[in-house]
Amino acid sequence: MNALLATVRRDLLLALRRKSEVLTAVFFFVIVTSLFPLGIGPEPVLLKKIAPGILWVAALLATLLGLPRLFAADHVDGTLEQMALSSSPLGLLVAGKILAHWLLCGLPLVLLAPVLGLQFDLDASALGILTLALLLGTPLLSLIGAIGAALTLGVRGGGVLLALLVLPLYIPALIFGAGAVEAHIAGLGAGGHLSLLAAMLALAVFFAPWATTAALRIALE
Amino acid sequence: MLKVSGLACSRGERRLFADVGFSLAAGEWLHVQGENGAGKTSLMRLLVGLSPADAGDIRWRDEPTPSVEFRRDLIYLGHHAAVKEDLTPLENLRLAAALDGIALDERASLAALVRLGLRGREDLPVRVLSAGQKRRVLLARLLTRPAVLWVLDEAFNALDIAAVKLLGELIAEHLSAGGMAVLTSHQPLPVPGGKTLVL
Repeated sequence: MNALLATVRRDLLLALRRKSEVLTAVFFFVIVTSLFPLGIGPEPVLLKKIAPGILWVAALLATLLGLPRLFAADHVDGTLEQMALSSSPLGLLVAGKILAHWLLCGLPLVLLAPVLGLQFDLDASALGILTLALLLGTPLLSLIGAIGAALTLGVRGGGVLLALLVLPLYIPALIFGAGAVEAHIAGLGAGGHLSLLAAMLALAVFFAPWATTAALRIALE
Repeated sequence: MLKVSGLACSRGERRLFADVGFSLAAGEWLHVQGENGAGKTSLMRLLVGLSPADAGDIRWRDEPTPSVEFRRDLIYLGHHAAVKEDLTPLENLRLAAALDGIALDERASLAALVRLGLRGREDLPVRVLSAGQKRRVLLARLLTRPAVLWVLDEAFNALDIAAVKLLGELIAEHLSAGGMAVLTSHQPLPVPGGKTLVL
């Protein structure tokens, strides 16, 4: 457990020294979600209808933006090799890296979503559901993305391949995440959608670090 | 006690080496020699468990590797710098130790850096150091991580004359304390004794 926390601290410290990399993804999210209200114009009914989908798609793409860097830098400078040989289990260190990725690329999106949702004329309760859905969904995106990042590690043009590999896997999270807000607006209640998101998250927390570790060991051979 | 037998490795269609075997007891070291491309680095990576062997058996204290115990007893320094350019030497040492689950106090890491001739550089980002100094930051891990088996791949590269002598001394101290080492190098090594393996 100490090794997991040490990895989180290490990656946060590294991100602090290179703020631009983290800020890119956050600004991307802010700008993309702001372009739609500007482009569509003041039509509250339409904006309200498309809001959950747009915020979720923007969150998917913003998460994807940070994924290629998740393991690439450590792979190039050889620190990933040292992690694989560490006396701590690699799975724990990988889980720490994924957690750090979520804290840097996922959590800011969750915190910004209520503010950005205002542009789409969402009311307070819908904003609450949106934030809750993203809070459950963004860790899921980081966990699934990490598997893709590990599988495409060291591959030429890996970024595009990563997008092709990971985006289809994000579809369930997108459907239930955006669906939760839509169901709430339609008065159906978001409980079912949120429960399914939470179930997927629980499954991913268990399996994704393990699958990522296996993929990393192959990449290191 | 490290015991290797019948080790074979191929890259694609090409057989690099076959039936490599050796054993090391406390205080012994092995110098792996061979031309460029003979498979020295491949042998090192097989040995530490980064890549699987085609055939053969590697045993550490009579247990098959890689095991948790083997990883705890092992330190492997390869071609890569394996240090973070944005962090200072002190932070690099502390974080590397933390990932191994070791809490490293400031005095121990500082002492290691001073021993490797990095006094006054401990708070600079590694980015601004020279290639040889980066190598010294990595080598400081030899002092901060307690390991029995040192596997050093071309560890003498990019080092100046004083650093080569220093690393020789570190290895000699390690061996006299009952440690073991496997080294690759093209030049003769300033470490007395030792077995030789030519690939």
